[in-house]
Amino acid sequence: MNWKRSLVAVLVVIPIVALFGYGLTRNPREIPSPLPGRPAPDFALMPMDAPSSGEEGVSAPSLPVRLSDHRGEVVVLNFWASWCIPCRDEHPALVAAAERYQPKGVIFYGVLYNDSPDAARRWLAEMGGQPYPTLLDPGSRTAIDYGLYGVPETFFIDREGKVVYKHIGPVTEAILTTRIEEILVGSPRGDA
Amino acid sequence: MIQTIGSSSIAVALALTLYGVVAAVVGVRRRRPELLRSAEAVAYTNFGLLSLATLAMVYALVTHDFSVSYVAQVGSRSTPLFITIISLWSALEGSILFWGWVLAAYTAAAVYLNRERHGSLVPYALTILLGVGAFFYLLLVGPANPFGTRWPVPADGPGPNPLLQNHILMAVHPPLLYLGYVGMTVPFAFAIGALLSGRLDDTWIRTTRRWTVAAWTFLTLAIVAGMWWSYEVLGWGGYWAWDPVENASFMPWLTATAFLHSVMVQERRGMLKVWNLSLIIATFLLTILGTFLTRSGIVSSVHAFTAGSIGYYFLAFIAAILVFSLVVLAGRSQELRSAGNLDGVASRETVFLLNNLLLSAFTFTVLLGTLYPLVAEALRGVKVSVGAPFYNRMTLPLCVALLFLMGVGPALPWRSASRETLRRQLLPPLAAAVLVAVASVAFGVRQVYAVLAFAFGAFALVANLREYGTGVRARMRAHAEGPLTALRHLVAANPRRYGGYVAHIGVIAMAIGIAASSTFRMERDATLRSGETVEVPGGRFALRFDELWALDEPQRFVVGAYMTVLREGREIGRLDPRLNFYRGNDQPIATPAVRTRPDLDIYVNLMAFERDGSSATFRILTEPLVFWIWLGGGIIGLGAAIALWPGRRRRAALMTDPAIPAGKGGER
Repeated sequence: MNWKRSLVAVLVVIPIVALFGYGLTRNPREIPSPLPGRPAPDFALMPMDAPSSGEEGVSAPSLPVRLSDHRGEVVVLNFWASWCIPCRDEHPALVAAAERYQPKGVIFYGVLYNDSPDAARRWLAEMGGQPYPTLLDPGSRTAIDYGLYGVPETFFIDREGKVVYKHIGPVTEAILTTRIEEILVGSPRGDA
Repeated sequence: MIQTIGSSSIAVALALTLYGVVAAVVGVRRRRPELLRSAEAVAYTNFGLLSLATLAMVYALVTHDFSVSYVAQVGSRSTPLFITIISLWSALEGSILFWGWVLAAYTAAAVYLNRERHGSLVPYALTILLGVGAFFYLLLVGPANPFGTRWPVPADGPGPNPLLQNHILMAVHPPLLYLGYVGMTVPFAFAIGALLSGRLDDTWIRTTRRWTVAAWTFLTLAIVAGMWWSYEVLGWGGYWAWDPVENASFMPWLTATAFLHSVMVQERRGMLKVWNLSLIIATFLLTILGTFLTRSGIVSSVHAFTAGSIGYYFLAFIAAILVFSLVVLAGRSQELRSAGNLDGVASRETVFLLNNLLLSAFTFTVLLGTLYPLVAEALRGVKVSVGAPFYNRMTLPLCVALLFLMGVGPALPWRSASRETLRRQLLPPLAAAVLVAVASVAFGVRQVYAVLAFAFGAFALVANLREYGTGVRARMRAHAEGPLTALRHLVAANPRRYGGYVAHIGVIAMAIGIAASSTFRMERDATLRSGETVEVPGGRFALRFDELWALDEPQRFVVGAYMTVLREGREIGRLDPRLNFYRGNDQPIATPAVRTRPDLDIYVNLMAFERDGSSATFRILTEPLVFWIWLGGGIIGLGAAIALWPGRRRRAALMTDPAIPAGKGGER
């Protein structure tokens, strides 16, 4: 047997095996985002309607909503669509969290992704409304800025306007509560 | 009880196999025939034991014995019987059991068919077959034990993965794939056996030629069935997504295809010995790599099973096979010098070499794309994904070039071709190619690759049909036979050659189907109220959404839409796309409705619906010539069946082939 050749064979094999061994330690479904820890991209989006289950007499704001207007406040940004099935699952959790945290000053926004306002309104009516406004993102500029991978995705933005956490897929009430509490406790109050 | 039968069969098989490996090696080295006999007996016994274990598992599945861990994992009382049986391969442990069973069957068959053969080739090959078997039995005893005990016994289970219980092709695609994958073990074992025994002539190739063709056929049909499944189930109207696991089944197909061609050069000219051994080793390694990618969760894919420790076992196995094969091959490479040299540039050998070059480049490209995300993450720590644009850009030139060679190869003689031969053989196919290219452009085809695919498709079709034509005419003259008799005798005299040409025609049909359907695909999304009609993209048809229906089945809740296909206002057919909501799964699984015709498929997928049934959203696609892809798969299968047909005149045909006109030299 030719030992030099055999040695070469082994040397060829080692990197291949090392690569696969490394691959085994990774989770391919984990999609990282460069956003957490970074400033959230600003946006100026028109709201679709006034909050449907809000107080009577609250008129729809006619100016675009800017993220930068909410500096000093904790913002939860939820990208959704009426054609998205998991969005149905997470809807009650978002409603419950909004009802609980909006009085404490947390701002909730939905952002409609690749959907028509009519379909979204019908969906909201069917789902029993949404206690916070949904913003329209024609051309998906904001979705692109946020590096959206699919819907639903939820971004948690702290008082300094930084993305603290990004959740891919339907959120649960437990996730919303934990993340919001973390931000409320963790970051110092800006104005208040 | 079932656990005891299943586990002990596998444990005994593992113990016997380990003995068999030793017995075969010692038997052949020390010339102890009784040890060899006992190793052969192990091969037969293993088949019995694994059959018993597989039957025990099927029995446990059918009787809903949820104390068996695998049944608790994939079984459910509400799943229909047929789906319950095929859930044998719907998750990791069961599929490894099925794999082990197929391998045991192949091993027993390989031993039985070579029982008269003397020398050391078969014992060494048996050692390899048993060694590979030992690995899979080890998995079944350890990390992929399907016969674990669940306590307390669950009352019911979740049922198999909804994607797998949604279409009949799931009963076809996985077994075919396993038959193809596992079948590649036999040529690999004989190749290594040839290296170990020093019998480096063509014996191993002649012994395994039909095994390779059979395994290749299963693999081909498995890939086509997988394409069909994804077309009929996944709802985006495509059949190939360059998913890592699709790639994993495609790579061994590419290397095996290369082997089927280059092996003829070795048989005919004594060249490419190392290359052929390498191809068969690569094919086997790629099947194991494919299994590793599917089973270990190393890449994200629709096929990925839940990961466990099994990935590390596969990794160790791949490393062992790689080192072992390379060392054995390196040790013998001095003795594997080519016996012949290339004579002429314009010859069939040259075409085979080019074909192998292209297929190897193809394999490398696919491998690169599949593993690049892993490399990038390991070296640079970034997540990247390699998508269809990379593969399309890299492989389309290779595809059209291969299509072209598929016409040149059969037209050229071995050794060298005179200018006159070239002109006579290539002019008619070239004329067809030019005609088709001009016609395509005239009809408005502007995509370069589509035009090239149609033109080279025509080129290769004419060239392959002409082989039949000249052969039949020569026989009719020489033997005064009628055309049909001549055809029958021609094919019977050299089934491999003429079966190969039929397979070529199947590949051409697929290539044209793929080129046309991917180039001229049109799609639109539409939300319709019931009774509303929408134009199908392309304008020839319209679709009316009649009403929404719902059905509660034991294992799922189905929502469907009745739709009518209209042409010029006349009703010509019905379609009912559905969404299936399986218990315990949030994501509905779609069943698109497809109206397949030879010229055009209309494909409708139900995307969403109003709960009150008033309206629904559909994705409507039209794709021309998709049917030709499935038809092509069938033609390839037919060609392979012809090539495998055991003809009476096979042996005689090996010596001389009177059907081949003089001066043209057919392959033997």
